[in-house]
Amino acid sequence: MNGSMPTYLGMPAFPAAAKAAVADSQLRRNLTHATGTIRAKRAGAVAELDDWERLRQAAKAIKDHTLANLDAYLLRLEENVIKGGGQVHWAQDAAQANAIVAGLVRAAPADRVVKVKSMVTQEIGLNDALESGGIVATETDLAELIVQLGHDLPSHILVPAIHKNRSEIREIFRREMPDAPAGLTDDPAELAAAARRHLRHEFLHASVGISGANFAIADTGSLVVVESEGNGRMCVTLPRTLISVVGVEKVLPSWRDLEVFLALLPRSSTAERMNPYTSIWSGVTPGDGPEQFHLVLVDNGRTASLADQTGRQALRCIRCSACLNVCPVYERAGGHAYGSPYPGPIGAIISPQLRGLSSPVDSSLPFASTLCGACYEVCPVAINIPEALVHLRAKVKHNFSERTVFHLSGQVLESPRRLAAAQRLASLSRRFVGRSGRIRRLPPPLRGWTETRDAPAPPAESFRAWWQRTRESGTRERGTR
Amino acid sequence: MTARDEILARIRTANRTANRTGAAGTGQTAAAAGAPDAAAVDAAYQALPRDYLRAHHDPAEHDIVALFADRAADYRAVVERVPAPEVPAAIACALSPRAHPSPSTSPPTSDISRFVVPRGFPSDWLTEVSADIELASDEPPLSAAELDATAGVITGCAVAIAETGTIILDHGPGQGRRALTLVPDFHLVVVRADQVAADLADAFARLDPSRPHTLISGPSATSDIELIRVEGVHGPRTLHILLAG
Repeated sequence: MNGSMPTYLGMPAFPAAAKAAVADSQLRRNLTHATGTIRAKRAGAVAELDDWERLRQAAKAIKDHTLANLDAYLLRLEENVIKGGGQVHWAQDAAQANAIVAGLVRAAPADRVVKVKSMVTQEIGLNDALESGGIVATETDLAELIVQLGHDLPSHILVPAIHKNRSEIREIFRREMPDAPAGLTDDPAELAAAARRHLRHEFLHASVGISGANFAIADTGSLVVVESEGNGRMCVTLPRTLISVVGVEKVLPSWRDLEVFLALLPRSSTAERMNPYTSIWSGVTPGDGPEQFHLVLVDNGRTASLADQTGRQALRCIRCSACLNVCPVYERAGGHAYGSPYPGPIGAIISPQLRGLSSPVDSSLPFASTLCGACYEVCPVAINIPEALVHLRAKVKHNFSERTVFHLSGQVLESPRRLAAAQRLASLSRRFVGRSGRIRRLPPPLRGWTETRDAPAPPAESFRAWWQRTRESGTRERGTR
Repeated sequence: MTARDEILARIRTANRTANRTGAAGTGQTAAAAGAPDAAAVDAAYQALPRDYLRAHHDPAEHDIVALFADRAADYRAVVERVPAPEVPAAIACALSPRAHPSPSTSPPTSDISRFVVPRGFPSDWLTEVSADIELASDEPPLSAAELDATAGVITGCAVAIAETGTIILDHGPGQGRRALTLVPDFHLVVVRADQVAADLADAFARLDPSRPHTLISGPSATSDIELIRVEGVHGPRTLHILLAG
């Protein structure tokens, strides 16, 4: 059973979306600037630790062990959350999870909630589900707020508004934030201050907070939320009711595992030795924080990934976004082209895993990579992203022309005679070359081949033909061209 | 079948499938269809490789208290290292400019002479605070709006981490409930030198997991605009650390 995750409405396959994104020079400038900055900083933060590779291997081993015994650890987590005074709910898919959360909000009773940025609530489309139930959800992370106010879509796991620069953000605030100060400039510190004023009233009066969790500790029933701004602390501390929506793969066996994951996550994501704020709590604490705590454990396709021997490694992901920041494809195409809350190299694995490969966008995602391997190199839990992408590529049902081309090329490469004939034939295809000097669209029956790829024009003469003509026919001229 | 049973059954089936093909990784305890064997799971967990460093700066070779001061300051916390007997004077000094701002600064939005002090904070550290500064208690608990109207909060901490410049509150005596160190805009925290742990491993070993915890590394910040770090969003915009001893 696959999970369900909304595909962005009218989303074309990756190549078409990427083509439009690459033509947007402002977007490319914003992305190049932001990813370039963070790449250099991450490298510095990682180089500070001599044992980075050993930390990474320990994290991989802990996650693999946890996944291999996931039933045991989830039961242990449940037991300890209940022991701490919390309640645990289980949801097989997005619809179940959304219904549970909406029911808990109504029972609180409340019609407004404040939210900490959470990937899983984006994945299940929680905000839309709450809205259709008459509940207003306010995103409180600065980048999420920018996206929400701009009626936009997130384009990065860590910084959902990475595609906007400071002056674009100022315009959104001026237009959509009723209490934005009159003389607001595009100074990031002023923009942050405007967000602080805007959300303060909301925080102080919210009765329900909704969060995700970076980690859930089985042996103590602790939830861990890693953040920077303090909006997370506000949401998990001030409201009377706290609802945490957590994917089943987020569980870690033991308290001491935090010494590994809190060394890896901040350095990989924001390139800091430690992020400004981390909240850790177990159930409820009388006189401190929420009186009611609900943990909603979500499957939504994760157990299907677990059954896939190559694909299951993606469940190790801690959503740091280091792979996005180093990816040459992400840097040029941006996050929206991936048509999913999970963009970039890891998104190209997770989205088809969760939604299946049937839609045009999902079947195109495993190909949205050059397989250069930079993502694997920076991944703090050593997910072999190129391997998983190739594995998914093999599962994509190829169209007729692709199957034909693969079959024929096998036969052609077996025989020098057939290869020479094919190369002569290829040279004839130069007539399909566009003004760009590349073949973009072949006529049927080969159109299916060019749907997802273009190719440089073949030369008028192949190397083999040239060699034969110049060296073997006795002319022996020295190459002067 | 409930959703819970359904999910657990799917996990067991998935792990059996993957295990047959040898992909389940380290420590797979080929559990039968029923409940997992807790002892076998724990044994496999204990056997996991952990050859990373327990501390990146060995306390035997480095002044980790100085390292903590450097690293906390690196994240724009105000850090002052004072001999233990001088803590009362340092606290008085830290509060005074906030309660008596120069006339040129913009009018304050909070009660600038009112600071919250949680129960259990050593009273002999407060002996030199100027008489016109009000030290408010949190009993009965202040509302969020009342906290928002105070000038700041003064607390101790549970543990600090030198490597990362982090303080950890476990919200025990002298630290207050979580809202106290969140809503006011100024947080003055006293860290004793013996509370400084070299690195994450030592710090987490000193904590009681049943308590709520807040890890704080510098003032509230964001990298959400062009991935450039900016201090001062929702949490306290000024973090002032007095490192005692």
